[in-house]
Amino acid sequence: MNPWLFVWIPGIAGFLAYFISNDALRRTLWLSVAFLHLIGSLFAASPPLTLFSGAWLGFDSLTALFLPITSILFLTASVYGVGALRRDARMPHPDRLPRRSFRFSPEAIFSGCMLLFLASMSGVILSRHFGLQWVVIEATTLASAPLIYYHRSRHSLEAAWKYLMICSVGIALALLGVFCLALAGSGAIETLTIDGMLARAGVLKTAWLKLAFIFILIGYGTKMGLAPLHTWLPDAHSEAPSPVSALLSGALLNCAFLSILRVHQVCLPCGIGDFSRDLLTLFGLVSMGLAGIFILHQPEYKRMLAYSSVEHMGILSLGVGLGAAGAYGSMLHALNHSLVKAMLFMAAGNILWMYRTKTASAILGILRRNPTAGVLWLGGFIAIAGSPPFGTFLSEFIVLRTLLDQSRWLAAAIYTLSLLTAFVGMASIMLRMALGDPNPTETREKLDPLCIAPPLILGFLALGLGVFIPRDLHLTLIQAAQAIGGFMP
Amino acid sequence: MMTLTVLLALTGVLLLGSSRLSISIRLVAIQGFLLGMTALWGESGFHAAGLSSGVSGMLVKGIVLPWLLLFVLKKSGARREIEPFIGFGASMLIGLLLMGLSAWIAWRMHLVEQGLSPALFTVALDLMLVGLFLIITRRKAITQTLGYLVMENGVYALGVGAGTEFSFLLEIGVLLDVFVGVFLMGIMIFRIDREFEHIDTDRFIELRDTASGKLPVEAGEGGR
Repeated sequence: MNPWLFVWIPGIAGFLAYFISNDALRRTLWLSVAFLHLIGSLFAASPPLTLFSGAWLGFDSLTALFLPITSILFLTASVYGVGALRRDARMPHPDRLPRRSFRFSPEAIFSGCMLLFLASMSGVILSRHFGLQWVVIEATTLASAPLIYYHRSRHSLEAAWKYLMICSVGIALALLGVFCLALAGSGAIETLTIDGMLARAGVLKTAWLKLAFIFILIGYGTKMGLAPLHTWLPDAHSEAPSPVSALLSGALLNCAFLSILRVHQVCLPCGIGDFSRDLLTLFGLVSMGLAGIFILHQPEYKRMLAYSSVEHMGILSLGVGLGAAGAYGSMLHALNHSLVKAMLFMAAGNILWMYRTKTASAILGILRRNPTAGVLWLGGFIAIAGSPPFGTFLSEFIVLRTLLDQSRWLAAAIYTLSLLTAFVGMASIMLRMALGDPNPTETREKLDPLCIAPPLILGFLALGLGVFIPRDLHLTLIQAAQAIGGFMP
Repeated sequence: MMTLTVLLALTGVLLLGSSRLSISIRLVAIQGFLLGMTALWGESGFHAAGLSSGVSGMLVKGIVLPWLLLFVLKKSGARREIEPFIGFGASMLIGLLLMGLSAWIAWRMHLVEQGLSPALFTVALDLMLVGLFLIITRRKAITQTLGYLVMENGVYALGVGAGTEFSFLLEIGVLLDVFVGVFLMGIMIFRIDREFEHIDTDRFIELRDTASGKLPVEAGEGGR
């Protein structure tokens, strides 16, 4: 299958979506592209994996893991998004300002940007050339900034500005890293592909390569939300419409992570694997620790979820930094976290729609007021806290075991302490919201089925991964872990 | 080549000292032009390989983007002065220090042995630092956009200095990203101007982690 299809089809559909004024037609186009993308990525990821080398876009084991994650999340977020648009039309969103005259309707811009966002994310995942990768990562920022600003409130404007500014500056630093990468080779274009660099691993100049890794880690780390570069993330994730938050957190952060892994992949055979591992471990631990602190006493529940994403990105980075079985745990956790966090943001979107507030303390007794929304919220809590039988338990445990195997006691202590802090913080906020007696004056309203099914499906997938990992997925995970210097536990 | 490099460095220092937005924008335009020339000339006279990227860079960074920013400035009704956190004299002094720092880093990297131009590297690093400095110390959204452009120019200059041969398509991709980025920033500056009646980003303090007790329903109603 031609990998360019994953970029061109959503890209062209995205441009078309701006010009379709019929809502039903546009939504059909949107959902069918999302569905096609999922079918295509599952087909491309299923063994036997056809590896392309030398091309600018191609499939490999990491792609086979990350592309389907993005597809699943995009399809569920799109279905949820259509449901959310439908209910917003009935009862306007609290953040929404009255519509001003515009050439394109807000919904056309929304679906168009969503599709362009999908195209650019596919580009990031499939890209095998560091220059091209930079171009498409910056494109993800540009496609998603209008999505964050969808409600057109002052808060969303502030969030979108910070997102655009901070990420663009960060990504500009990453371009510096790409140039350093070119200097590590001889500057010719073939050497900037992953395969080209791996083939010349012996003769690359390690000083430039180290510099490149630092700049790219800082640049794409900003986008991935590694602390202390995460400052845009809580604002953007809390102000964006919920399906967008789900995609930002579950799919986009992974894409940025993957881009860092690509450079790590080059560092490994050049003998500076320890250098890049140490940096990843350090950033991972700092992210986990800081995020844990911010989750405690967080007044807004969507911000709390955003900080939880920072924490889980820390786990991913730490896992790869540890290598060995940790890399396997990290890959498995990327999958688990995406499913669970997307589910939680969608559940949070339902709650926001019911209660019209993001302040956690204003919400009590969701379970009584609307059992479906309550169960989704509680299930999400159990999953994100890493309790069995959800898959997150398994992946977090593998990372912990690797820490202990390598006798890194201090890191293990920080790891457990941060997980515990986050658990306490989230439990006190989320349980209080779900349980308790609701305000008797509140009425029970019916949630749109399109807003229930997607988070429910994601929840069941996350549950299923905790019980049983299919053999094909297991093989893909092992291959992905091997590509970044790890192996099967 | 040397003349171009010196002129580029000069635009950096002048930017830090300029007190009027319209002049700053024009300085960035000149900078974009000079960068395009640098890509065209290279180390040894005219450089045909840099033709496409040099010309497209000049077009976007020297004409289109500055024009867009001047348009935004005119329409947004912002005050034309820059209002920095750090005064212009001090800024220029810091600019000289940044230049010294860049020169020191370039010297430490032993560039000459690798056949790279230390002068161009110095200027590239300097422009990046100046851009970051502008983003941090100037409060208007439009000056931050300018800072981003200057920083991007610095990175581009480093790419020229490193002799990275991206293909033409990729160069266009990078330029397109910068163009769309600044375009979006321009649109947002309009909106910020309308919603907040100012474009000072230091007054962006509504999103934070402390409990404000403010319900999102109130968003957009304050300050009307």
